[in-house]
Amino acid sequence: MDRLDARVPRISPHRPFRDSLATFAALSWSGFQRYITYRQATIAGSFTNIVFGFLRCYVLLAVAAGAVGGRPAGYDAAQLTTFVWVGQGLLTVVALWGWTELADRIRSGEVTADLLRPVHPVISYLAPDLGRALHALLFRFVPPVVVGLIFFDPYLPGRWFTVPLFALSVLLAVVGSMGVRFLVNATAYWLHDARGPIILWTLSAGLLAGLYFPLRFLPDWLAVTLWVATPFPGLLQTPLDVLIERDSTIVQVALVVLQACWAAVLLALCALVQRRAERRLVAQGG
Amino acid sequence: MAELRAYAALLGGQWRSLMSYRASFLVEMITNIGGTALDLLAVLVIFRTTRTLAGFTLPEAVLMVSLSSCAFNLADFLVGNIDRLKTYVRTGMLDAVLVRPLGTLAQLVVMDLPLRKALRLALAVGVLVVALRFNDIDWTPARVVLVAVVPVAGAVFFGSIFVLSASLAFWWVDSGELGNAFTYGGRDFTAYPVPVYAGWFRAVFAYGLGFGFVSYQPALALLGRADPLGLPGWTGFVSPLVALAAAGIAALAWRSGIRHYRSTGS
Repeated sequence: MDRLDARVPRISPHRPFRDSLATFAALSWSGFQRYITYRQATIAGSFTNIVFGFLRCYVLLAVAAGAVGGRPAGYDAAQLTTFVWVGQGLLTVVALWGWTELADRIRSGEVTADLLRPVHPVISYLAPDLGRALHALLFRFVPPVVVGLIFFDPYLPGRWFTVPLFALSVLLAVVGSMGVRFLVNATAYWLHDARGPIILWTLSAGLLAGLYFPLRFLPDWLAVTLWVATPFPGLLQTPLDVLIERDSTIVQVALVVLQACWAAVLLALCALVQRRAERRLVAQGG
Repeated sequence: MAELRAYAALLGGQWRSLMSYRASFLVEMITNIGGTALDLLAVLVIFRTTRTLAGFTLPEAVLMVSLSSCAFNLADFLVGNIDRLKTYVRTGMLDAVLVRPLGTLAQLVVMDLPLRKALRLALAVGVLVVALRFNDIDWTPARVVLVAVVPVAGAVFFGSIFVLSASLAFWWVDSGELGNAFTYGGRDFTAYPVPVYAGWFRAVFAYGLGFGFVSYQPALALLGRADPLGLPGWTGFVSPLVALAAAGIAALAWRSGIRHYRSTGS
C-alpha cells in the first residue's frame, strides 16, 4: 500500500483540469440551489432594497437640484438615478453585508471538516459564493432596477462596450467582496469571536464602497486614496461608475484593471491567511 | 422583587458573556459609534456638493439628523434586538421564553440588551447639543419642553416600529429583512427634511406611517420656520400623540402575535 497522505493534491491525477472545473461548477451550482430555496426571504429582501432605493434616490436628486449647475461631483440627475437603483440591485450580488458562515464554522469547530476535503478551502468558499451571486443577479438585481426604470428617469449607457465591461466589473466585485469577507471571517481563527471585525466590515463596506453616497462627493485626494489603497471602491462604486460612464473610456477601463489587481491581491491574501490559520487551528472537543 | 432579581440575573449573564470576548466587545463598541457618526457624515459629505438641500441649510439639516438619531438610537438600545424574534420563532427558542413566569417582551429585551450600543446614544445626544448651538433658536418655554420630549417621543415611535416589524415573524417566519425597510428605512427617512422626498412615497412615509413627526415637524417648530409643504405650526408638537398611537398599535399587534404563536415543534 502507498503511503497515506491526508492532503490530496488534486481530484483526479489523470484529468486534473477538467475535474477541478467540474468540481468548481458543482460547488457553484450548490450555492445557487441553496439560495433558490429562500424564496420568501428573496421577496422580503427585494422589497427592502426597493424602499431604500426610493429613499436614496430622492436624497441624491435633491442634492442634484441644489448643486451648482445641477451636477454634484460631475454626475447629472439621470446618472445619480442609475447609480442608486443599480446600486440597490448590486448590493446583494456583491453581498456587502452579513456573511458569517466561515466565522461560525471556525467558532463551532466545523471548519475542520472543510480542511479534510480535497478542495482548497478558499476555492470551496469562492465557488458557492459565485453561485450565490448568480442567484442574486437573477432574483435580487432585477427588481430594484425595474422599479427604478418605472418610477424614475435613469441614465442608459451609450458606449457599446459599457455593458460587457460592467459585467466583468461585477464579477470582479463579487470575487473581491468574497476575498474581503473571507479575510474578515478568518479573524475568528485568532479572536474566536469575529463579531467585532464583521461589524467593522459591514460599516466600512457601505461607506467606503459608495453605498451611502458616491465616493466622488469626497475631496479628490481622499477618493483617489480610497480607490488605490483599499479594495472597497472596487466592490460597488467601480461597477456603477463604469455603467453610468462617469469617466472617459481610458479611465473606465483603468478602473476595472485596478479592480482586477485588487481581486488578485485579495485572493492571494486569503490563501496566505488560510495557510497561517491552519497551523494555528486547534480542533477542540472530542 | 423576585421578578427583578430574575431580570438582573438575565442581565448579569449577558454581561459575563460579553466579558469573555473582551477584544470583540471593544471593537463592537467602537464600530457602533461609527454607526451614528455615519449618518452625520453622510449629511456633511452631501453638503460639500450643495449649499442647501430642499431649501434647508447645513445646521438645520444637522438638527434634523440629530433629533432622528437620538430617537432611533434610544429605541434601538432599548428594544432594537427584538428583530431577532424571527430567529427565536424559527428555532423554537421562544418556547423557553414563554414558559418562564416573566413578561415575554421584557425578557427578550433584557436577554439581549445591547450594551455596546450605549455609546452610540451618547454621541447622538452630543450632536444634538451642538446642532442646537449652531442654529439660531428663539428659546421659549414651549420649545425647551419640546426639545426634551421629542427624542423620547421619537424613541417610543421607533420602538413601536421595531416591535411591529418583529411581530411580523409570528405570521411570516421568513419575513427576513422586510422589517428593516421601516426601522432602518425610517431612520434614513427622518434624517433628511421631508420636502426632499416626493409624490406618494412622501405621503406614505411622512404622513401615512407618521415618520414626518419624528424629526422634521418638531425641527421646524424649534427653528420657527413655516413648513414649505403647508402643514400648520402646531404639527411640530404632536409627536408624543403620534408616538402613543404607534405604541398602541404595536401593543395590539404584539399581543395577538403571541396568541397566534404555535411553536415550530421539533
